[in-house]
Amino acid sequence: MSKDRVQITEEDSSVPRPLLELRDLAITFDTASGEVPAVRNANLTIMPGETVAIVGESGSGKSTTALAAIGLLPENGRVSGGRILFDGEDLTKADNKRIIELRGRSIGMVPQDPMSNLNPVWKIGYQVKETLRANNLARKDVDVQVAEVLADAGLPDAAQRAKQYPHEFSGGMRQRALIAIGLSCSPRLLIADEPTSALDVTVQRQILDHLATMTAELGTAVLLITHDLGLAAERAEKVVVMYKGRVVESGPALEILRNPRHPYTQRLVASAPSLASQRIKSAKTSSVESADVLLPKSEATVSKSDDVIEVRNLTKVYKLRGGKGAGADFKAVDDVSFDIKRGSTLAVVGESGSGKSTVAKMVLNLEKPTSGKIIFDGTDLTALDKKALFDFRRRVQPIFQDPYGSLDPMYNIYRTIEEPLRVHNIGDKKSREAKVRELLDQVALPASSMRRFPNELSGGQRQRVAVARALALDPEIVICDEAVSALDVLVQAQILNLLADLQAELGLTYLFITHDLAVVRQIADHVCVMEKGKVVEAGTTDQVFNDPAQAYTRALLDAIPGSRLELPPEVA
Amino acid sequence: MLRFIIRRVLQVIPVFIGSTLLVYFLVFSMSGSPIDALSGGKPISPAVVAQLTAQYHLDQPFIAQYGIFIKNLFTFNLGPSFSGQPIASIIARAFPVTARLAVMALAIEAIFGVTAGVIAGLRKGKLFDGTVLLASLVVIAIPTFVLGFLLQFVVGVKLEWAKPTVSSGANWGDLILPAVVLGLVSFAYVLRLTRTSILENMNADYVRTATAKGLSRPRVVMVHILRNSLIPVVTFLGADLGGLMGGAIVTEGIFNVPGVGNTLYRAVLSGEGPMVVSIVSILVLVFVLANLLVDLLYAWLDPRIRYA
Repeated sequence: MSKDRVQITEEDSSVPRPLLELRDLAITFDTASGEVPAVRNANLTIMPGETVAIVGESGSGKSTTALAAIGLLPENGRVSGGRILFDGEDLTKADNKRIIELRGRSIGMVPQDPMSNLNPVWKIGYQVKETLRANNLARKDVDVQVAEVLADAGLPDAAQRAKQYPHEFSGGMRQRALIAIGLSCSPRLLIADEPTSALDVTVQRQILDHLATMTAELGTAVLLITHDLGLAAERAEKVVVMYKGRVVESGPALEILRNPRHPYTQRLVASAPSLASQRIKSAKTSSVESADVLLPKSEATVSKSDDVIEVRNLTKVYKLRGGKGAGADFKAVDDVSFDIKRGSTLAVVGESGSGKSTVAKMVLNLEKPTSGKIIFDGTDLTALDKKALFDFRRRVQPIFQDPYGSLDPMYNIYRTIEEPLRVHNIGDKKSREAKVRELLDQVALPASSMRRFPNELSGGQRQRVAVARALALDPEIVICDEAVSALDVLVQAQILNLLADLQAELGLTYLFITHDLAVVRQIADHVCVMEKGKVVEAGTTDQVFNDPAQAYTRALLDAIPGSRLELPPEVA
Repeated sequence: MLRFIIRRVLQVIPVFIGSTLLVYFLVFSMSGSPIDALSGGKPISPAVVAQLTAQYHLDQPFIAQYGIFIKNLFTFNLGPSFSGQPIASIIARAFPVTARLAVMALAIEAIFGVTAGVIAGLRKGKLFDGTVLLASLVVIAIPTFVLGFLLQFVVGVKLEWAKPTVSSGANWGDLILPAVVLGLVSFAYVLRLTRTSILENMNADYVRTATAKGLSRPRVVMVHILRNSLIPVVTFLGADLGGLMGGAIVTEGIFNVPGVGNTLYRAVLSGEGPMVVSIVSILVLVFVLANLLVDLLYAWLDPRIRYA
C-alpha cells in the first residue's frame, strides 16, 4: 500500500488527518438566466497517498468539484457554501496568493485533453521548466532537471524531446509531458481529470500504470476523475459517484461495483463499456435473453446474406514530403481484404495510426485507393462515373466521431436532416418535412427539436441528429467512424442500442471503425484487427474475444479497463 | 527555418514580375501615346517625336520595353519626369517622408492598439472595455478626411499643440499629427482584433493548465495568452504596413505631406506614365517585402507554421 510510504510532516500529529476534505461543498454558476447550482452538498475525503475516483457523466459536477479544490473554477463559477480543507487549511478562505503558492507544489493537475492542454507555441522543455521555476524548485542545471522529470514520466529520449514543440508529439507523449508537469514539483495531491480518455486503450493502460507507479513512489494522493466506472474501480481505492451535482454514493471501489445501491450507480455499472464485455459473454453462455438488443443479428436479415461490400487487397500509400527520409512512402493501408454481409456489422479495430480510418474513407470513396478494389453490391467503386457515384453516396452514409464538429452550427436540426434529401431531389417540401419528423422519431428526439440549433443540444442528442441525417436517404450501409468514442458511457450505451434497434428494423449494414474493443463487443458480428496498416486478425466477434490468436489482439483486450476485475455474477 | 526563408524569398520573384508586368502593361498599353501626354496635346515636330521615341524605347516591342524598365528600376536610373527632374530623385525624396509617416502611424496603432486591446480583453465587460469599444466604433465610423480636418483644426490651429501642416523637410515633429490621424483608424481595428483574440485564448485549456502549474497571473498573461493572441494582430499590422508605405493620399493631401501618396496622385492626374509605373513598382516590392516580414514573424510566433 502506498499509504505506508507517506511521511507525516507535521511534528505533532501522529494520527494521519485527511489531505483533502470537502465538507458540504456547494458551487454556483452565474449565468444569463440566473444562478445555476452546479454542485450541492458534496462531501469527500482523501487521505495522504490514497487514490479516490469521482465517477459521473458529463455535467454531473465531477470536474467542477475537482477544479474548485485548486481554485480553477471558470470566471462565472464560485464556491457558494461549504468548505474545502487541504491539510486542515480552508481554501475557500485563502487569498489568491496562497492559492498560487499551493498550485503546482502542493496540488498538481493532469488535465483531460493532451491535444489542447499544452501551449502550441512553446517547447515542451520550456513548459516543464517554467513550472519548476514558478515553484522555486529549479536547480542550476535546470535543463538536466527537465530531462529527468520528463524521463520519469516515461518519455524516451527526454533531453532531445524537451527541445520539441507539442505538435511534434503524439497524443500519448503529450499526456506523458502533462503528467511530468503535474508531478514535477512532487505535489501531495494530484488531480487527474480524465487523464486518458482521449487516448487509445493500450496507451491508456501504459499511462495509467505509469501514473500509479509514480504517485506510489512519491506518496502522492490522487483525485481521479472519470466517467468510466470500470476504470475507477481498477485504479482507485475509493469511489465517489456524482449525479446532477450531488454525491449519490461513495465507498470502497469494489464494494460499489459489486453492490451498487443508488439507481444511478446501478445504471452506470450496467452500461460501463469496460464491464460490458464480460456482461455479454455471460449473457450468451447462459443463453438467456436471446432478444437482447445488444445482439442485433436478426435471423431474417442475415438469412438473405450476400456480401454487400467486398474489399480486395486494398492499399493506400501516401507520399511523404520533406527531405529527410527522401522517397520513403508511407503505407497507411497495406493489402487489406474483408467482406461485409448485408445486415451485419463489421468492426475494424486498431490503435490510432493503424489505418482503420483510411479504410473507412476509401470505402466512402472520399479517398482513392492506391491499389486494390472495393466492390459495392457487385460494382467496382473505382469504375463509377459521376452519376453512379452520386447514387452510391445515397446508399452509403457516414456517421463521424465528433458530434460537435460534424454538424453545421449555422443549420438548425431540420435543415441539417433535410439537406441530404434536398441535395438528392427527393420528395417535395411537405413530404420532406414528414420524413424529417419520422427520422427524429426513429432516433427518439422530440419533433420540437427541429427548430433548434446544434449548440442547444447535448453531445448525445447531437449524435442522434447525426444518425438521423445519415438515415435520411434510406442508406443500405452506414459507416460509423468512432461514432460513439466521444460520448459518455450512458449516452454511448443509448446510441449503441439505437444503432442496434435501427439495424434490426431497417436491415442496415454497419462498418464500425473504433479503437474501443468494449464497444466492438456490444455491436459487432465480425471483427478485423488492424495494426500498422495490415489486418492481423479477423473472425467473428466471439472468436476474436474468446480466443485471440495474435499477441497484439490480446494486448488490446487486456488493455480494456476493468478487464482484470473479478466481477460478481449479479453484475455479470 | 533557413529553408522556409529561402522558399518564401524565392516566391517573391514571380509575384514581383507578375504584378509589375501587369501595371506596366496597363499604363503603357491603355492610355494612348505617352508623347501626347508629355506635350500636353500641343503639336510637336516629328524630329522631337523621333528623339523621344528613341529615348523612351517606344519603338521596341512591349516585352523589350518592360525588360529595359526592370533593368533601369534596379539600377535606379528611371529617366527624367515631365518637369525635367530625375524620377529617381523625386522618389528618393518622397519615400523617406512616407516611410517616416508609416513607421510612426504603425507604432501608434501597434503600441496603443495592442495595449488597450489586452486590457479590454482581460477586463471584459468592465468600464474600460466598454469605453474603448465605444471609442473605437466612433473612430471607425468617422471618415478619415473628417477626422483629419477636425484634428488639424482643433489640435493644430486652435490648441497649437502640433503643427497643422508639414514643412518641406517633413521631419518627425511635423508628422505627428498626420501619423495620429493615419494610425487612429487602424488603432481601432488592432484594438478590436487583439481584444477578441485575447478573449479566445483566455479560456484555452493550456491557459488553465498554466495556471494550475502555479504560475502567477502576469506570467500566464504574458507568456501564455499574449503570444498566442498576437498571431492575427501581426497579420493585420503587416498588411497595414504595406498599405501605409503606399502613402495615404487623403491624409497626405490634408496635411500637405510631400510623400509618395501625394506624388503618385499628381502623377496620375497629369498622365505621367513613367513616374506612375516606377512608383507603383516600388510599392509592389515594398508590399511583398512587408508580407514576407509578416510570414517570418508568423513563423517565429507560431512554431507550427515552419513546417506547413
